Amino acid sequence: MSVAVAVHAHAPGAHRTSTGLNSRKMLFWAFLGSECMFFGSLIATYLVYRGRDQVGPHPHEILNIPFTSVSAFVLLMSSLTMVLALAAVQRGDRRGSGIWLAATALLGMTFVGGQFYEFTHFVHEGLTLQTNLFGSTFYVLTGFHGTHVTVGVIWLWSLFAMAVRGKLPQSRALDVEIAGLYWHFVDVVWIAIFTLVYLIQ
Amino acid sequence: MASTIATAAAVHAVPRSESGLWSWITTVDHKRIGALYGVTAFILFLVGGIEALVIRLQLAQPGNHFISPDVYNQMFTMHGTTMVFLAVMPLSASFFNFLVPLMIGARDVAFPRLNAFSYWVFLFGAIFLHVSFLHGGAPNVGWFGYANLTAKGFSPGSGVDFWAIGLQILGIASLAAAFNFIVTIINMRAPGMGFMRMPPFVWMTLVTSFLIILAFPVITVALVFLLFDRFTGTNFFVPAAGADPLLWQHLFWLFGHPEVYILILPAMGIISEVLPAFSRKPLFGYPVVVYSGIFIGFMGWGVWSHHMFAVGLGPLADSFFALTTMLIAIPTGVKIFNWLATIWGGKLRFTTAMHFALGFIALFTMGGLSGFMHASPPADLQQTDTYFVVAHIHYVLFGGALMGIFAGIYYWFPKMTGRLMNERLGKLHFWLMVTAMNVTFFPMHFVGLLGMPRRVYTYAPHMGFDWMNLTSTVGAFGIAVGLLVFMWNWWTSRRHGEPAGNDPWGGASLEWALPSPPPPWNFATIPVVRSIDPLWHRESRAAALAANEPSGPIHMPPSSHWPIVSALGATLLMSGMIFGWAIGIPGLVVTLAGIYAWAFEPCT
Repeated sequence: MSVAVAVHAHAPGAHRTSTGLNSRKMLFWAFLGSECMFFGSLIATYLVYRGRDQVGPHPHEILNIPFTSVSAFVLLMSSLTMVLALAAVQRGDRRGSGIWLAATALLGMTFVGGQFYEFTHFVHEGLTLQTNLFGSTFYVLTGFHGTHVTVGVIWLWSLFAMAVRGKLPQSRALDVEIAGLYWHFVDVVWIAIFTLVYLIQ
Repeated sequence: MASTIATAAAVHAVPRSESGLWSWITTVDHKRIGALYGVTAFILFLVGGIEALVIRLQLAQPGNHFISPDVYNQMFTMHGTTMVFLAVMPLSASFFNFLVPLMIGARDVAFPRLNAFSYWVFLFGAIFLHVSFLHGGAPNVGWFGYANLTAKGFSPGSGVDFWAIGLQILGIASLAAAFNFIVTIINMRAPGMGFMRMPPFVWMTLVTSFLIILAFPVITVALVFLLFDRFTGTNFFVPAAGADPLLWQHLFWLFGHPEVYILILPAMGIISEVLPAFSRKPLFGYPVVVYSGIFIGFMGWGVWSHHMFAVGLGPLADSFFALTTMLIAIPTGVKIFNWLATIWGGKLRFTTAMHFALGFIALFTMGGLSGFMHASPPADLQQTDTYFVVAHIHYVLFGGALMGIFAGIYYWFPKMTGRLMNERLGKLHFWLMVTAMNVTFFPMHFVGLLGMPRRVYTYAPHMGFDWMNLTSTVGAFGIAVGLLVFMWNWWTSRRHGEPAGNDPWGGASLEWALPSPPPPWNFATIPVVRSIDPLWHRESRAAALAANEPSGPIHMPPSSHWPIVSALGATLLMSGMIFGWAIGIPGLVVTLAGIYAWAFEPCT
C-alpha cells in the first residue's frame, strides 16, 4: 500500500513512477551493477593469472607506482570537479557548468594521456599484449578501463557543448547527474585496479 | 469504444503510421515488438529444429555418412547455440514484451526505443551468426566452445569468430531488454500494484532480467579474451604461456548456469498463470512461489562447477557444488508442489494451454530427476558428456521451457490476435509433441548409460543402442509433424479462429480486462489495483474494467527509426572484426550518429 500512497503524493503531470525514483537513473544504476560483473571478471582473471608468467617482464620490474599514483590522483580529482559541475548545473550557473565540465573532461584526458604514455613506455620495455600472461591481462584490464574513461570524456564534452550553448538548464540536471554516476563509477573501478594491480604486487 | 479511439488519436504527440512496413520498422509499441520477437524467434527455432533433424538422420544408423563429420560438428554447435540464444531466450522475451506492461497496468515499457533497439540487435545478430554458413563454415566447437579447442591453431576457420562476435551482439540485445524490464517492473506498476500483487509471470521476468544483467557481462569478458587470443595473439587460454584453459570453463559456466534459469524461469512464470486460470483457483502459496523463484535466482550463482565435475577440482570443491546443486532442487520442488496444490480440488478445464502446462510439470520433473543425479560427482562422472546429459537437457529445455512457451502461446494467442486457436488441432499438437518428445529423448538416457558420448559423429554397430538411436530419429520427425500441426493451427486461427472477446478464459490478471487485441495505448485510464488477481475480486474487477474508459489525454511515445539505425551500426561495427575496416568504420560512424540522434530526439 505504501506504493500507492507514494504515487499519489506526486504532483499530477510530473513523471510518475511507482517508486518515485527516476526511471533513467534506475536504469543507470542497473547498468552499473552489470558493469561491476564486467570489471569483476576482468580483475578476477588478472588475479588468477598473477605470478604464472613463464617469461618477464614481471609486474614489479615494470610498474611505476609514483607515476601511476599521480594519474590516479588526477582521476580522483576529476570526481571532485564532476560534483562541482553537477552543482553548477543544478543552480543554473551556465558559466560554472561549462568550466567544471571542461575541467572534468580535461582531467580525464590527462589520465588517458598518462595511460597512453605508460603503455608506450611498457612496450619499449618489452611488455606487449603477447609477451606473457601479465601483458595480456594487464593491457586488457586497464585498456577496458581506459576505454570507459574515454567514453566518459566524449560524454562530458558533449555535455560541455550543450552547456556553452545554453542547452543545459536546471531542468536537465539529471543528464549531468547520470554522466556523473558513470564518471564516479569509473573512478571507483580505478581505485580497485590501482590497489590490486599496482599496490599489492 | 469508438470514443476511446477518437480521444486517444486526437492527443498523439506525433502522428504515427499505424500500418505498413515502415510502421513496423519504427515501432516502439511493446506489443508489436513482442510479435516481432515471437515470429523471428519461432523461425529461428525451426532452423534449429532442422539442424536437429539433420543430426538425427546422421545418427539413425551406425556407421552412417549422411553428412560429413565437419558439417555434423557445425550442426550440433549451431543447434545448441540457436536453441539457447536464438529460440528459447527470444521466445521468452516475446512474452516479456507483450505481457509485462499489460500485466502491471502500464501503457508501454519504461524505454520504448531501447526495446526496439533490443529487437533489431537480436535480429541482426541472428543474421550475422548465420552468415557464417556462407563464409567458410559455421562454428563447430560445441555450444559452450571450450578453450583451447577454440584457439586459432585448432580452429583456424572463421566459424569460431562468428560464434564469439555473434554472441557478443546477441548479448547486447539481451542486456538492453533486461535493463528495460527491470526498470519497467519496478517503476511502471499501476497504483496499488505492490510487489506482492504482481502476477507471478512478472516476478519471474524480474528475476530473469536480473540474472541477465549480472550473468551476461561474465560471458562478455570470456568472449573478449577469446577474441583477443584469436585476433591479437594474447595468451588467455594458451597453456604454453602458463594460462589455464579451465578459466574459460569457469567464466562460461558462471554465466552458463544462471543462463539455465534464464531459460526456465519465464516458462515457470507462464505456467504459474495458466494453471490457476484453468483450475479456477488462485496460485497456491503465491508468496512461496515468488520467494522460490528469487531463491533460485540467487542459488543459480553457486552451482556452476557441477558442469565441471569431470575436470577434477578436488573433493572440497566437488562436495560444495554437489551440495549447492542438491539445495537448488528444493525451491524447484517447492514450486512443483505448489503447482500441484493449485490444481488440487480445482474446477479443471482441460484446454490446450492447460495440457501444455500439465505436460510441463510432468516432463520438467523427469528432467529435474535426471538433473539431480548429476549433482552427485561419482554419478556425474559416469554421465558427463554422454547422451544421458543430452536426455536431461532436452527434458528440462524441451519438456520444460518449450512446453511452458507453448502453454503461453495457446493461452495468450487470443489476447494477441483477438481470435482463439483451434482446440482440437491444439490437442493433436500436444499429444503428438509429448509422445514424440518422449520417443526421441527417453531412449537417450539408456544410450548414454550404455556409453555413447554426446557430439560423436557416428558409432559402431552392435553396441546395444542401434535401435534406440533409430527410435530417437523417428521421434524427432514426430516432433516435426507436431510442429507442422501447430503452424497450420496458428496460421488458420489468425484469420479464421473464433472471436475471443476480452476474456475467453476468465483470467485473473489485468490484461484480460482489455480488448483483444489491446489498443496501442493499452489502458485508456491507468487502472487502480486493489488486490492480487484483480479480475477475480468483485471490487477490484470493477476498478480494472474501468481502465477501458478514457479519463484524460493519452500520451504515447512517438515511433523512431534511430533504434534500428543504431542496431545496424553496432552490428556492422562488430562484424568489422571479420569483414575488415570497410565494414567496421562505416559501422562506427552509423553507431555514433544513431546514438547521438537518439539522445537528442524528442521522445515525450
